[in-house]
Parts: sequence; C-alpha cells; structure tokens
Amino acid sequence: MGVTLLYLAVIVVIPLAAMLLKTTSLGLEDFWRIISSGRAQAAYWITFSSAAVAALFNSVFGLLLAWVLVRYEFPGKRIIDALVDLPFALPTAVAGLALVTLFAPEGWYGQYLEPLGIKVSYAQLGIIVAMIFTSIPFVVRTIQPVLEDVPEDVEEAARTLGATRWQVFSRVIFPLILPAFTAGSVLCFARAIGEYGAVVFIAGNLPGLTEIVSLLIVIRLEELNYPATAALATVLLAVAFSALLVTNLIQAWQLRYADKSR
Amino acid sequence: MQTNPADASRAGSPTRPGRAGWGLISLTYVSSALILAMPLVLIVTMAFRNGLDAYLANILAPDTLHAIFLTVLTAIVVVPINIVFGVCAAWLVTRYDFPGKRLLITIIEIPFSISPIVAGVIYLFLYGGQGLLGPVLADNGIKIMFTVWAIFLVSLFVTSPFVARELIPLMQQQGGEDEEAALSLGANGFQIFWNVTLPNIKWALLYGALLCNARVIGEFGAVSVVSGAIRGQTNTLPLQIELLFNDFNVSGAFAAASTLAALAVLTIVLKAALERVGATGRR
Repeated sequence: MGVTLLYLAVIVVIPLAAMLLKTTSLGLEDFWRIISSGRAQAAYWITFSSAAVAALFNSVFGLLLAWVLVRYEFPGKRIIDALVDLPFALPTAVAGLALVTLFAPEGWYGQYLEPLGIKVSYAQLGIIVAMIFTSIPFVVRTIQPVLEDVPEDVEEAARTLGATRWQVFSRVIFPLILPAFTAGSVLCFARAIGEYGAVVFIAGNLPGLTEIVSLLIVIRLEELNYPATAALATVLLAVAFSALLVTNLIQAWQLRYADKSR
Repeated sequence: MQTNPADASRAGSPTRPGRAGWGLISLTYVSSALILAMPLVLIVTMAFRNGLDAYLANILAPDTLHAIFLTVLTAIVVVPINIVFGVCAAWLVTRYDFPGKRLLITIIEIPFSISPIVAGVIYLFLYGGQGLLGPVLADNGIKIMFTVWAIFLVSLFVTSPFVARELIPLMQQQGGEDEEAALSLGANGFQIFWNVTLPNIKWALLYGALLCNARVIGEFGAVSVVSGAIRGQTNTLPLQIELLFNDFNVSGAFAAASTLAALAVLTIVLKAALERVGATGRR
C-alpha cells in the first residue's frame, strides 16, 4: 500500500509543502503586512460575509428541501431530488454564465429586480447568489439520511403526550438532526469561501467592493507578486483546514448522538 | 448512514401530505424551478436562440472544438488514475490499523476543502519558475506549468478524494470478513479483490467515478491558474466559456456551456439511477 502514500505525497503533500515553504521564506513581518493590508481586509469581509449569508440561506432552503423530499410523496419528487445535485454536476463556469445572464439588467430576473433598485450583477448580492447556487446540495444531502432514520416511535410518543406538530418538529426532530444540520451548514460556508468560477462571472470584480479573496490571489499572481500570492493562499488554506477540523468534530458529535438515540 | 432492515417503521416512510405539507411542497416547486431549473432552461434557450446552424457553427469553431478535445482527454487521463488511488486508499484505511490513520484520512480529504485557486497556486509554487522544482526542471528542459501536464496534475489533485470518500464509509460498514474467508480458502490478493471486494463496492465505485468525472470536466479555478489558457492549446472547455464571454461572444459561450450542461444533466440522471440500483442491491 506504499502506492497510496506515494501518490498522496506526490499529488497532495509535496505541493502543499512547496507553497508553505514559499510563505515561510517571507518572514513574519512581511507576511503580516501582506495579509492585513486594507485591500485584503476588504476581500476577507466580502468573502466571509457573503459566504455566511449564503450558508444561512441554504440552511433554511436545504432544510425545506430535505424535509419535503423525505416526508412527502408528490408528483415530480424524483425530478426535484435529482435537480438538487445539479449545482455539483454543473461546472461552476457554466453556473456563473447562466446566473450573470439571468440577473443582467435586461435578463429574465434582472428586468424585474432592477426597477425595484435591486442590483445583483456586479454587486455583492451577485456574489451571494453565486455562492448560494453552488453550495445548495450540502445541507440537503447531509440532513436527508439522518431525517430518514428518525424513528417513528419517538414522534408518536410526543404526539400521544399532546405535542403539537410544531412542538414535535422543534423539540423532537430538530435536535436529532442538529449535528447533521450544523455539519451541512459549515460545509456550505467552507465551499462558498472557496468558490471562484461562478463568482468571477457575476461579481464584476471591483477592488474593495466585489473582490473576493480567491480573486485577489489571482490578481496578485498576474502581477507576478509571488510573496503576496503565497501569503494570501496560505490564509485561505488555514481557513479550509479549520473548516475541515470543525466538520470532523461535528461528525464525532453526530456519532455520539446517534449512539445515544439507539 | 446505517440502515436497519428490521426497522420498517421509520419516520422516513413518506406520507400523503396534509394542508401544511402542500404548502411546503408548493414552496419547494417554486424555489426549485427558480433557483435550480431556470439556469438550465436559460442555457438551452440562449444556445439555440440563433437556430441550429448557428449553434453547430459555434460548437465546431476550432478553438471550442479543441477545448472539448482537451477536456475529454483530461477526463480520460485523470479519472482512471483516481479510481485506482481511491480503491487503494479506501483499502488501506479500512483494512489495516496503523498509527496516524486519522491524519491520513485528513490528508486524503484536504483537496476537497481547498479553494480551487489555492490548489492551482500550490502547483505553481512547486513546478513554476518561482517554485521549488521549477529551476531544476527548466535546466533539464522540462516544462510543466502552462502545459497540459499541469492541467492533468491539478485535476488529479482536485478530484483525488472523490472515489475514496464514497468507498471508505461503505467498506468500513462491510468489514473484512468476506475477504478473510476468501483468504482462508486460498484465494490470492488479486482474486480476493476481483471476486469478493469489487462486487461489494461496484456501485459506490461507479458513483465516486461519476462525481470525479463531473468535477474534472468542470474544474475552472485550479486549471485557470496553471494552464495559461492559451487558445487552441491549453484551454479547457470551462476556460473557453470565460474567454468567449469576455470576448462578448455570448452565443458561442452558451453553445460551449450547453455541452457541459448536457453532461451535467446526464451525470445527475446516472447518479439517480445508481442510487436506486445501489439501494436495492444492498437490501
């Protein structure tokens, strides 16, 4: 099984190490100066706040989709179930192209939103829309299996004790799916932070206004400013690691939860 | 998730919706149509808005045709390698115990959580002119950055976890008893894999390969960093779409996008089919 380790070393570990090496050659002072520059701070704020809004939206939308798909039988159910995977299957550049055209001032959606003063294309709202679309499946697909496994007797017991439908959901079912729900939302947030393809089409990429971190890295790269490229990429890498750590912790929590409910 | 066959009375068994249920379902119809289905409808409409002849002319434009070729070539190179890696990695993680296993699983998952731009950048700092190996490679006349080799390498990186992620939970659940039985009956390693392990994991394997393929074909950020996006040389189809869009060739961009959208629809149909077969096969 040396093959596995060798492959991981060549494809994953060595390239990561090469970049970290580049970053460490910067020195702490330079590193800090680059990652705390005003333009970088603006990019963090735009990226993280947009991702947070997208994750919030998808938590609600994902819960709705998962609930409806698990609980009810209705015409077109299988089509909607399959469509949920579309954002993963559709290349992000295609999604970006479609979204920017839909929300353009004379686009199918833009023509109704623009007169209301709602600007989506080339504004932060566009970034949020792109992030929402590309991360829809996370919450749905993490909740679905857990929701399917909620034992019916628990629910019946609550009903016989006189709980209303809303009480059954909020006091009995929601606590059971909470770990999966949280894990899905974190995954969604992490994916939104890393999203690039769909966002560059719709964002307009104005420095300080609609410039996400990934784009700032690309710009620094095109300026041949390699130290800044390495430093900013290291920041995104650290964020990705933290997200991975958090989801792993949540998964451990989920397993403990599942054991208890059995 | 564990499915318990004896547990027939799961809350998951769907019911006829009540009035509140229909309210939620209507909301689902409307939002799915607006958010998920409309982009597809738009792509088809825009691709064919000037008629079939114009569509074909756009698809058959030399640069677009070359981008299609390069994208297909990348998938042919990358997907089989990552299938083999995924099986090896899942085998290692689920059939052996060793120190540092958690760390290994985390390393396997890293590419999945990294921004594609970062994925491209790390390869640049390894093979690029400013990179660790760049000068050595240049001295020996080897060029990796801004060639198809760089596209293959980042695609391998980005999609390396897909097959392993599908196989690890399944093989963990199945355990190694079947293989041990085969071993005690005198089967060799290859026979065990081919006759015992593979039939057990084939649907999950296909599923992982399908997702891997979709991601390879659609990868944009990582490839855009390392490919140099040279027209007719290192431009994959997703990059070609951006290029056409920036050239204000909207019809061309949508024509190119329609081929990828068709593949995406095929992917989700196959995925749904695999899930059904896999579910009935397991019960």
